[in-house]
Formats: sequence, structure tokens, C-alpha cells
Amino acid sequence: MEGIYLDNNATTRVDDSVVAAMLPYFTEQFGNPSSMHSFGNKVGLALKKARLQVQELLGAEHDSEIIFTSCGTESDSTAILSAIKANPGKKEIITTVLEHPAVLNLCTHLEKEGYKVHYLKVDEKGRLDLDAYSKLLSDKVAVVSAMWANNETGSFFPVLEMAEMAHAAGVLFHTDAVQAVGKVPIDLKSSKIDMLSLSGHKLHAPKGIGVLYLKRGVRFRPLLRGGHQERGRRAGTENTASIVGLGMACEMAQAAMHHENTEVRRLRDKLEAGILAKVPRAFATGDVSNRLPNTSNIAFEFIEGEAILLLLNKFGIAASSGSACTSGSLEPSHVMRAMGIPYTAAHGTTRFSLSRYTTEAEVDRVIEVTPEIIAQLRKMSPYWGETGPAAEPEKAFAPVYA
Amino acid sequence: MWDYSEKVKEHFFSPRNAGALDNANAVGDVGSLNCGDALRLMLKVDPDTETIQDASFQTFGCGSAIASSSALTEIIKGMTLDAALKVSNQDIADYLDGLPPEKMHCSVMGREALQAAIANYRGEVWSDDHEEGALICKCFAIDAVLIEETVRANSLSTVEDVINYTKAGGGCSSCHEGIEEILVKVMAERGETFSPHTVEIPEEPKPGKLTNLQRIKRIEMVLDSVRPQLQRDHGDIELVDVDGKTIYVNMTGACAGCQMEAMTLQGIQQKLMEDLGEFVKIVPSRAGSLSRAASHP
Repeated sequence: MEGIYLDNNATTRVDDSVVAAMLPYFTEQFGNPSSMHSFGNKVGLALKKARLQVQELLGAEHDSEIIFTSCGTESDSTAILSAIKANPGKKEIITTVLEHPAVLNLCTHLEKEGYKVHYLKVDEKGRLDLDAYSKLLSDKVAVVSAMWANNETGSFFPVLEMAEMAHAAGVLFHTDAVQAVGKVPIDLKSSKIDMLSLSGHKLHAPKGIGVLYLKRGVRFRPLLRGGHQERGRRAGTENTASIVGLGMACEMAQAAMHHENTEVRRLRDKLEAGILAKVPRAFATGDVSNRLPNTSNIAFEFIEGEAILLLLNKFGIAASSGSACTSGSLEPSHVMRAMGIPYTAAHGTTRFSLSRYTTEAEVDRVIEVTPEIIAQLRKMSPYWGETGPAAEPEKAFAPVYA
Repeated sequence: MWDYSEKVKEHFFSPRNAGALDNANAVGDVGSLNCGDALRLMLKVDPDTETIQDASFQTFGCGSAIASSSALTEIIKGMTLDAALKVSNQDIADYLDGLPPEKMHCSVMGREALQAAIANYRGEVWSDDHEEGALICKCFAIDAVLIEETVRANSLSTVEDVINYTKAGGGCSSCHEGIEEILVKVMAERGETFSPHTVEIPEEPKPGKLTNLQRIKRIEMVLDSVRPQLQRDHGDIELVDVDGKTIYVNMTGACAGCQMEAMTLQGIQQKLMEDLGEFVKIVPSRAGSLSRAASHP
């Protein structure tokens, strides 16, 4: 049996028909879309089609609002740096404690350059306090950046509402929608979102291709200057094959949107309920009633996530963890800590992220295997059972997250 | 995925001596939930001989923490307490055929648990003097706390100082930004401002201009250094003349006319260039060619 891949929030398999759509653009359609001759012209037409496909999935008003970049991180950096360069008098930024490092680390860097960054806090389910947000919006703020869906828990931020509030205060609004695009319906033309980042490899397109959506009329300063590509907003010869692939992947995601929100959601719910029914002292993290249909993040108390992953991997099951050990740092996931998940549980958080290729048999297998793995590791844990160290963690710790 | 050795994986998937030890008379608890690693080491020590008769562990931690714990119990079983105290974290890592730098702290935890257990047996109080920070230098596994303390204790002010005192940053150099941040912070404490200057990787001093005689002597030295290899193959080489950048040599014995002559000369030429620090060309002298012609009619 092939492995069971439940790590689709990390990256996805490139769909076979996406690969097939891309292949001609490495060989016979190798031309530079900027060239005048027919070699380039056909490629130019292919890019135009891909741009329309992306536009369609995002519900953007104009195809010129789509800027192809190299990845989600580039889109995030471009958006935030553009906003502050276009508004040199505004020295504040609002973001959230749950953002991806692509945004967080850029913001901490900007703090060193003199920017005041407000990190919106979250409650134990990872929800924002919109009153606190509203109070921070002022004419000193250059940009707000908040993610559409969290990569670890799948929970949504109310980005549509936040964008309205920012717009009313005259502040630019950017959202990192890398996890959300392709999984939930998006209609940017009816929103006040000024900029949105997406990443191809999260929706069955290849790695190395991303998009920055830039609403028409929003003041913009490019990150990469040079050639006239992307209307001068992102210089550098286009990654033509990947752009064609991304276009195809967007079209397929659009077609699978209903399946994603019914069948994938059903399998995710079955997986989560199945594991929680069999494993004591475990709970789903995040805002479980308001999250992506494909993501389940379960905290297993008193054991460590990397050990869980290694054992799951032995059974051919791929998942990911918010444990410190998987990152090389000594701290568990900033998302779990920000939600106040105790260390006893934060180190044992395990994320299962499904895709439209996940099957019922795979989900059943994971439900069967996981409880054994958890029991095996707990048997080894000094925090489990009666023989824990003097500072008994169970006394200090009563989870209220279930 | 971490690059774990087969031995690490093996000890993780089938840990030795995992679980509580019923009649343990030495117990060492180290680690904390915060850092995601905690280890309880339990020993059964023979009071007469102070020999570790049995050992077991319980570990809350990642794959390498569990493997390190397993390895530790295997290493110390049968040892006397004094011998066990000499087990270093490197011994644990070596037993497992090495650990990734980010994971060396797992082996450190094993050693600390051992010290704690022995202190517990002897009725002493063991105190953990080891504080760990975020890993800065991945090449040499050096964390922020160590760098910070070293910078503070020695009033260091440049990245180069930090490299010299701690080794951190002396490898791939990609952590220099992190080191600079520590310098900025610690220097601010003592009221100084960090001023960056590029770290220059020390280069081999270039040989100065040699006199003709010195140059010829050096060439002779290089030829002498390769001579034993040539003689092993029943050949030899002699210096005929040096004319500017061209060095004329005579290949004798089996080397003369050897099919590998061109390759051999190329190798020697490379050595000469490295030693002299200049471009030179090595050419078999005509005398040599003539003698070869004579010996191969």
C-alpha cells in the first residue's frame, strides 16, 4: 500500500492533469512571452488564460489584479513592503500573533527598522478581539495583515469584516490566504481586501509559483524592479510552465469546491471524532466550528509530537506537528502558545490535513493506528500514569479546550 | 525530516529498558515540559560494589530523546557509578552513530539524568547548571545563552571575537545576523554600540617575491616530495632548468615514456603552483625527450 498523505497543509501532490498542462511549456512552448515572434506569442496567450483561471477562483474583478510571484512568502513580503513604502509617513503595522513566519518574521524585522507593530492577541480558540483591533486602526497604520485561515489549526479569521473596518479607517488590508484559496469560496470583487497572497503548491500546483492579488487602484511599490513583466509590478521572466500549471490547478479547485466542503469535510470530521473517541486526554485545537474543511489539529497530552510523527511515519502515515523538536527550535508552535495551550499538550499537537484525494479507507486506517501509537508513547512518558515527577502536571493543568 | 542515523531510529522504534523500574534505588529527573524534553532515569545499584545492575527510563520527548535515553541505559548497565560518571554526552551520541546538531541537547539531557540519579543515590543534591537557549550556530551546535554569556563575560564586541571564543559562526557563517543581534543587545547593556565590520576569513599568507635561488630551492623541495612516489614505480624526476614561468624537468627510469607521463606532470605542476603561489608550466626537457628517443628506437 502507498503511504497515507495527511499533510496537505504543508504541500500537495501536483495533479496529473496539471503536470500534463505544464509539460509543453518546457519544450515546444519554451518561448519568452515577451518576445514578438510566434514562439513567445503562444506562451503569452497561455499566461493570459492562466491569469483568467486564477481571477475566476479568486473572484477578482480584473485579470490585471493578478500578479504572478515565486511563492506565498514573496507575495506576503511584496504586499507589506509595498504598503509601507507607499505610505512613508505611516509607521505602524497591525498583524496577529497567529500569522505564518512569512509575515511574523518580516514584521519583527520591520520593528528593528523603527516600525511599531501591533500583534493582535487571540483567545484559547484562536479568535481575535475585533474591538481591540478597531481601537488600533488609525491614520498612523500603513497596513493590516491577517491570515484567512491558520495553517496549523485551519481556523478562520474574519478577514472580510476586518477588511471593511480597515477600509473605513483608510488603512490598506492584506491577507495571507495561502491555506484558504481553493478550499473555501472567495469573491474578492465584493470585498474590501486590497491584497491577497496565495501559493500554488497548496492547491495541487507546483512549488515555486505564487500570486499576489492587488486590487485595482491600490498604491503599489514593486519588490523586484527590472523588466516590464507583470506590468512592471514584478520584474523577472515569467515562470511560464508553473503559471500554466497554477491556472489549471485553480480551475480544478473551483470544480472541486463543493466536494472539498462536503466529502473532505465529512472525512475530516470522521477522522477527528474517531481518534478523540478512542484516545483519552486529547482535544481538537482551534476554532473547530469555524475552520477549513480539510484540517484537524489534535493535541495529545503528555507526549511529544515528533515521536508521534516518527511512529505514524512507520505506518506510512504522513502528518505534521507543532512540537518544538520538529522545528529545530526549543519552543513549541507559536500558534499553540498564543492560544494558551499548555506545554503538556502543545508539544503533542498533531495536524492531519486532508485533500480531495484522501480516501475513506485511509481515514479508517489512521483511526485504527493512532490510538495504539499514542498509548505506546504514553507508556514511556514520565508524565503519564502514577509515576510522574514531583511537579505533577495534571494538578496544575485542567484543559478547558475540548 | 531529521537526518537520523539507523541506530537512532532503531533505538527509537525499539527502545531498550523503557518503563518504570520497580526496585530502583537511584532516580534522576531532568528536563522540563517547557522545552519539550523530560527524562526520568531509574537505576538499581548494588550497594556493595556500587555497580549498576539495572537501568530503565521514562522519557517525554522526541525521537532522539527517546533513543538517547535508550542508549544511555544500555551504556551504563554493568558499570560502577564512578565509571558511569565518566560517560559524556558525546559518548551517548557516538553510541547512536551521531545526532543532528539541533538534537545534541538530547544526549546532554541523558548525561544530566545520570548525574542526577547518582547524586540521588549518594544522597547529594544535584543542581542543573546548564541553561539552554535557541540554537544559533548550527554548524557547531552553539546556543544563544552560551554566546550571550561569553560575550558578557569577556566584553566581546565583534562577530570575529565570538567566533574565536565560542566557535559559533565559524562555519557556514549564515548565523552571523543572529550573533550580531546578541552583540547589539549585550553591548547595549554595557553602554556600547555595536559597529559592524565585515568578518574577513583569514587567507593563507601569499608568498612574497622569491629570489631566483629561493624559487629554485622550493621547486626542488616540491620535486623531492613527489620523488618517493615516482621511485616506488621505478621512475624519477630531475630539474633541468627554470626559465621564467617554464620549468624544464627530465623524467627518467620507468617514468620516461610512461603512458601516464602527461598526467603525472600535470599533478606535479599543480603542486608547484600551489606551493609557489603563481602560475608555472612544467615541460619535459628536450634532453629527456632525446634520451627517450634513444631508448625506444
